[in-house]
Amino acid sequence: MRPFIYTPTSTVSAATQKLKANPHAKYLAGGTNLLDLMKEDVEKPTELVDITRLVLTEVKAITTGVNKGGITIGALGKNTDTANHPLIRQNFPLLTQSILAGASAQIRNMASNGGNLNQRTRCPYFYETSMPCNKREPGSGCGALEGINRMHAIFGWSQACVAVHPSDMCVALAALDAVVKVQGADGKERSIPFTDYHRLPGDTPQKDNTLNPGELITSIEIPINNFANTSYYLKVRDRASYAFALISVAAGVELEGTRIKQAKIALGGVAHKPWRALEAEKFLIGKEATEANFKQAAELEMKSAKPLEHNEFKIELGKRAITRALMQAMTGGKA
Amino acid sequence: MTEENQNEGLTEDEKALLSEILSEDVSDLSEFGESRRNFLKQLTMAGGGILAFELFGGQELLASPATQPFIESIENAVTLSFKVNGAKKSLSLDSRMTLLDTLRERLQLTGSKKGCDHGQCGACTVLVDGKRVLSCLTLAASCSNKSVTTIEGLAKDGELHPMQAAFLKHDGFQCGYCTPGQICSAVSLLSEAKDGEVSYVTANVQTSKGAVSLSEEEIRERMSGNICRCGAYPNIVDAIREVHTGKGVAQNWQFVDDNQASNTSDLPKNDNK
Repeated sequence: MRPFIYTPTSTVSAATQKLKANPHAKYLAGGTNLLDLMKEDVEKPTELVDITRLVLTEVKAITTGVNKGGITIGALGKNTDTANHPLIRQNFPLLTQSILAGASAQIRNMASNGGNLNQRTRCPYFYETSMPCNKREPGSGCGALEGINRMHAIFGWSQACVAVHPSDMCVALAALDAVVKVQGADGKERSIPFTDYHRLPGDTPQKDNTLNPGELITSIEIPINNFANTSYYLKVRDRASYAFALISVAAGVELEGTRIKQAKIALGGVAHKPWRALEAEKFLIGKEATEANFKQAAELEMKSAKPLEHNEFKIELGKRAITRALMQAMTGGKA
Repeated sequence: MTEENQNEGLTEDEKALLSEILSEDVSDLSEFGESRRNFLKQLTMAGGGILAFELFGGQELLASPATQPFIESIENAVTLSFKVNGAKKSLSLDSRMTLLDTLRERLQLTGSKKGCDHGQCGACTVLVDGKRVLSCLTLAASCSNKSVTTIEGLAKDGELHPMQAAFLKHDGFQCGYCTPGQICSAVSLLSEAKDGEVSYVTANVQTSKGAVSLSEEEIRERMSGNICRCGAYPNIVDAIREVHTGKGVAQNWQFVDDNQASNTSDLPKNDNK
């Protein structure tokens, strides 16, 4: 690992000032991804600004404003504590399930909520410094495009990058229409709709998200919804636990009688960002909540998928996973 | 530089130690004015392995007379005060030191193991403020004022922690390399379940109230961050189940008894004569 200066901080403004002063500095929260990447010489910060002692850990109900009835989650709360918070388990079980589907108990005890959003792809070509990777070294090429790309994207990829975003939590946050609150060195706060937070690779895959340099996530807000009892997070992976998704589906179905008022569906493991299944959502509005309709919605969504050499299986898998997640959602995952 | 000159910087104690370490033969040879370094080279090349080993050992002793290893300078040094297994520790560290390396290399607590060093195997699992974490992905500097418990800190007053005893009873290991991490993880798992923390396989996270009863499926899911390449998983699950339920779980192996040990006719016959 390369040498770096360790700088503990105790306030948001001090932390953001540190990053403004040193463009090669990085925030250190749980460190589960950053330290690993530093050991691999992929990340090379000259300074780590430790933000773990900032008081941004609270989970609480929003009592005023447009998101009244929703919930706000501190950026530095631990994934474990977030998943197990009574308000979240009761009102947003989809979020609980998604967090618990990811990583291991040890890692969830360390990892912060903000850090979960900012974790980097696990594309092996990104990690392997002897291979080309436009995300790690812009302009060097993409090793995965014609390499081994079984785990890679089927939506929204570019010639420059076919990597996928690795998070489970973010897939649920995308389906839940969350909002990311960030603060910069100038003290100004911004709210970024979750689906705009991460980005598609295009020609600049080195940029994972739309944060400005030095901006710090302070909290994540989730609006109230009417599908707490009819939601489900399904994760399909190579082994039963502690593996990244081949495909995951966060599904919430709001009913009006027997018909679907609206459905929220997001997919993981298929794109550079959590992928909102807007085609499927549009189709389901006003339809009966039947398996046949879920299947048709899934077919429609996967129509625009563009597989790579080794991941064509994700198209059929995606159809079945979407259908199954919606079926499970109808019983709150209890069937 | 002669041996004599080189010894000038040594204290009387160190000189005494050196003369004890150096055998008579070597002392004779050193009178020829050979430098110690050349000497070692020649000895090693001549196959004087044992002698050379003794000399190296002596040098090491001289270089680190105290319990703290001698360090000339530390780049980006950070000072760290924290508790390890109940004892206060204060150290000056390179900012890059992980908690795992600090425990093993600076505090001589080598129970926590370095398996993958990338957060994939769980062998380095320790408890920080009561929660299980991966010490290989934890910067030591970030542990200021925290309390760390390692496998060495689980036994109390000469009594094994119940989880350690259960791992022994159920043979929850083969090579043992992952065992300290498995046991620390299992100890934490039980308090998590007691505190009502749910898992991905908990049937209903909305209605689950109070302590979670751990089925085999629950134990396996919650222990998935600890890899055992020997595949001792069934026995690990038995050990955890026993401590969790407080009820004895039958062990699936037995020692040979005296009869079996003395009567070789009970042993399988070797047909390939």
